[in-house]
Amino acid sequence: MPKSKLGEDVYKKADKVNAELFVLTYGSIVAQLCKEMPYDQVNAELEKMGENIGVRLIEEFLAKTECERCQDFRETAETISKIGFKMFLNYMPVITSWSEDGKTFVLNLDENPLAEFVELPLEARGILWYSNIYSGIIKGALRMVQIEVNTRFIKDILRGDDHTELSVSFVRVIDDEVPPGDE
Amino acid sequence: MQPNGKPMFKSSVSASSQSSLPIRGRNICDQNLNKIKNSDVSLSAFAFLFSELIQRTQSRVTGIQDFEERLNEHGFRVGQRLVELVVWRERSPKRETRVLGILQFIHSSLWKQLFGKHADSLEKSKDVNDEYMIVDNSPVFNKFISVPKNMNQLNCCAYLAGIVEGFLTSAQFPCKATAHTVPLPSYPSRTVILVKLHSSVLRREEYLG
Repeated sequence: MPKSKLGEDVYKKADKVNAELFVLTYGSIVAQLCKEMPYDQVNAELEKMGENIGVRLIEEFLAKTECERCQDFRETAETISKIGFKMFLNYMPVITSWSEDGKTFVLNLDENPLAEFVELPLEARGILWYSNIYSGIIKGALRMVQIEVNTRFIKDILRGDDHTELSVSFVRVIDDEVPPGDE
Repeated sequence: MQPNGKPMFKSSVSASSQSSLPIRGRNICDQNLNKIKNSDVSLSAFAFLFSELIQRTQSRVTGIQDFEERLNEHGFRVGQRLVELVVWRERSPKRETRVLGILQFIHSSLWKQLFGKHADSLEKSKDVNDEYMIVDNSPVFNKFISVPKNMNQLNCCAYLAGIVEGFLTSAQFPCKATAHTVPLPSYPSRTVILVKLHSSVLRREEYLG
């Protein structure tokens, strides 16, 4: 079954909730963080929250889609964009470019629902990555399937750029390690 | 500042117009307000986000009261923004100035916008004339939250109560809203949002006749 169809099917069967409630809840979380700490720490905090979500989200993903292990990083990228995003957010970001060595891809998140109704204050524009929770979610989820990646936003419409782009780069495959202290 | 001390959100327009630089990128006033009006996300996405919110709040609070207050604050921010959005979408020719009117608006339009259905009931308290109750039989917030026994007075619908409180306060009906679980055999997570209106609202209501 093509990936996009799988993503759509899983989404159709899921219970739904109004997108605006979701988006406004996220906005409230970011607003609270911005009140508590400076913008660069907010980025780190959002990524941490995203990682916590990602490690649990991957289980639901695997349970609902019964996907097999991806053969290579390209397949991983397609799975994330066509199935992962679609089944949770009903939205498929486009993979816009690959690096030459095939280890980094860029997701275009122009229609990102989280950025709806949002305008960043001027002092935040150079620093805050509003949707940074996505970088954490992808990182956390892939870590649970033994892939270590680095994720970061490179552009954001809310900051005045022309597109919203998230870059994901492959670092290494995590081997099963004996936990420290066990022998 | 509102009577209960919660600040209204600052309008970003006034701040930007003080800067001499042009704002790059999209202007929020040009955005279509109905873009995601009828969209959904999966319940699990929302549940993950909400659970992260709860976990984060849990690590920073001193007790159940504080916990519920913080959730209330989060909901308050959402409610403030929903006033403008939902009322604009309803395109009603008149502004609600009576208590019953605004509560019925919440019971029907706000709930419909947020949850796709009306609230299950709207009641007035018999003993106290400034208290009203909005009931939801299966609130989406409690669906995936399990409350440990030592915190069993906690109701995560304090967030929903905050939404109602933010909505009413921004519509010039200052009040306090709290959430209480009143389970029924068929609805174990049935929640009652208790709205306690400020005395100024009751005085105004009397004055309006």
